[in-house]
Amino acid sequence: METVKLKGGSPIFDKIFKIGVTIAGTYVLAIIVLIVIQLTTNSYQIWAQEGVSFLTGSDWNAVEGSESYGAAPYIAGTFVTAGIAMLIGVPISIGIAMFLSELAPKFLRSVLSFVVELLAAVPSIIYGLWGMFVFRDYIRDWIETPLNSALGNNVILFSGTPFGLDIFTASVVLAIMIIPTIASISREIMIAVPSSQREAAFMLGATKWEVFKMAVIPYSKSGLIGASILGLGRAVGETMAITLLIGNATGQSAFPSSLFAPGQTLSSIIANEFPEAANGSLHMAALIGCGLILFVIAITINIVAQFLVSKVLKTHQGAVLA
Amino acid sequence: MKKTFLAVAFMLLLTVPSVILYANAQSSQSYTITAGGSTFVFPLMDTWRVQYNNLHSNIKLNYQSIGSGAGIKLLDQKTVDFAASDAPLQPSEQTAAAGTVTIPESIGGITISYNLPGIDKGMKLTGPVIAQIFMGSITMWNDPAIANLNPGMNLPSQKILTAHRSDGSGTTYAFTDYLSKVYPQWKTSVGQGKTVPWPVGTAAPGNAGVANIVKSTPYACGYVELAYAYQNNMSYAFVQNADGNAFVEPTIDSVAADAAAAATSLPAPDGDWSKVSIVNQPGSNSYPISTLTYVFVYKDLSQVSGETSDKAQEVINFLNWIVTDGQKYASTLLYVPLPDAMVKADQNAISEIRFGGSAVPEFGPIATAVLAIAIVSIIAVSAKTGLRLAPRL
Repeated sequence: METVKLKGGSPIFDKIFKIGVTIAGTYVLAIIVLIVIQLTTNSYQIWAQEGVSFLTGSDWNAVEGSESYGAAPYIAGTFVTAGIAMLIGVPISIGIAMFLSELAPKFLRSVLSFVVELLAAVPSIIYGLWGMFVFRDYIRDWIETPLNSALGNNVILFSGTPFGLDIFTASVVLAIMIIPTIASISREIMIAVPSSQREAAFMLGATKWEVFKMAVIPYSKSGLIGASILGLGRAVGETMAITLLIGNATGQSAFPSSLFAPGQTLSSIIANEFPEAANGSLHMAALIGCGLILFVIAITINIVAQFLVSKVLKTHQGAVLA
Repeated sequence: MKKTFLAVAFMLLLTVPSVILYANAQSSQSYTITAGGSTFVFPLMDTWRVQYNNLHSNIKLNYQSIGSGAGIKLLDQKTVDFAASDAPLQPSEQTAAAGTVTIPESIGGITISYNLPGIDKGMKLTGPVIAQIFMGSITMWNDPAIANLNPGMNLPSQKILTAHRSDGSGTTYAFTDYLSKVYPQWKTSVGQGKTVPWPVGTAAPGNAGVANIVKSTPYACGYVELAYAYQNNMSYAFVQNADGNAFVEPTIDSVAADAAAAATSLPAPDGDWSKVSIVNQPGSNSYPISTLTYVFVYKDLSQVSGETSDKAQEVINFLNWIVTDGQKYASTLLYVPLPDAMVKADQNAISEIRFGGSAVPEFGPIATAVLAIAIVSIIAVSAKTGLRLAPRL
């Protein structure tokens, strides 16, 4: 048997190690603090000029001399697109995870899991360009135009002129983008549910669905919420695909009134207008202000997620967290 | 004898590096000119990079197409040799980058492209009609305002879908410049800028984005850079000239005619260019929607970080080349070459660029130092060895 011999501990090395690790830990905090400082100082001008109406207003005029900015339509656009994407994406993702962990034959399991992971790694610009040049025409001709001509006059959700570049297309592509993320994490969570739980349910004569409902879901609930929130995080911050697909309306017309109307999100307006905004101008401050709002939204989502997960954890001791 | 031989060898040893350094400083020293800005001019700039490097293998251009606004930021920080932009410096930008000269280096034309099944290029439009289409006050293709300009054309009774740029853009700047000039109501309700509050329409990033919308959507129309309209085989409108006597097809020649008419009224190289506009110029063959793109350079290049007088000279040589010989590459890429009057103005502007106001020294400083040491050593060694190459000290 081999024995490990401890050399006499060096107090200096110990100290260096401690300092080094502390610096590494501080790094994360320092980055967050620096981001907040940068965003606030560089957007100060817009808060001084517009005040609360930057949050509630819907004017967006960058023409020198008549400048006026309000981010409300983009805040709404961010929530609406992310919300629709979650509505479409979460059930499909959990279905995929369920199939892969409970029902799929063994040989399919590894292949499909690998493909899902692969999809999660596809850059968003690929989804965006595919959406713009390929998918958009199908969604316009097969979904939007029929819905619009059938219900457009009565249901405001389907009104407007189907164009293919609108809130609906952006949300669907966004859903396609977040599905691999949510599905691959959910699958891992479900696999981590101890098989004793499943076996116990089978012993009681439960069907596959009942096993899932009785054993898997209660055990992995918090983890599934965590996975969905991670997907939401990606949806809220997604930029390139949205910019290509959402139609990029500005001002009052960017308020999401119909699914088939162009909109705008906080990240897409930054991507659109930042490169050409004059340095130090009010326009620049307004765009950085949008960044600050997006940052606050992202932090809030994460805090809410943590809160939800910890609450569920307390009631289901031993549940697996992603 | 051995001593003399050693001394001569030592002398030679010292003069060799100085000669090499001298030669380097003179010609074969390689430089990388750094620049950034406009994405619109990038294809042309990239061609210039390759062609100039073929002529002068020691000069490399590192042009980052990060957008005009970002390019101007780099100019403010004095980290690039020049910046390229689709719009002139605005007053606030002029104070941030004080002491720059403005050099127009290429011309672009903007088409009104449309997608009407069965209708080819050549729909006739006037400025006010275009403005009303993009304002949403003319909504149907068979509106009398359009029909009256195009008797005999079978215009469909369909809604007009307008497409515009979602990103801040020099193309938007020039297009809204034109609409503000020809339709006063546009100026008051929408205005002119790289980003304007569009009352109607769908937006996509880049010329490619707008071109894609128009191409794939029946009854759409949008404003697209000449090169994109040609490359994508789009149908485009003939626009009424400023004289009001003809509807002009957008071509390299008709855009050049418009630019040439504006060439004589440009401000001084270091003057205020913010009001410069070449849209809607007189002349029966002048296509009215066109724009200049610019290069901005500090008059005194010594303030740019990392600049040396030799490198400054190379920057000046490069700029001189792009406004003269480099222009021949413009039309192959569907940019409009500069008219002669503008080339002269540019050469004049480039001649104002200096390095710290002093004449460029012949020798590189290191070469001078090494050579000085060599000469002193030669004198010292020869004095010590008693060699009669130099006067005794």
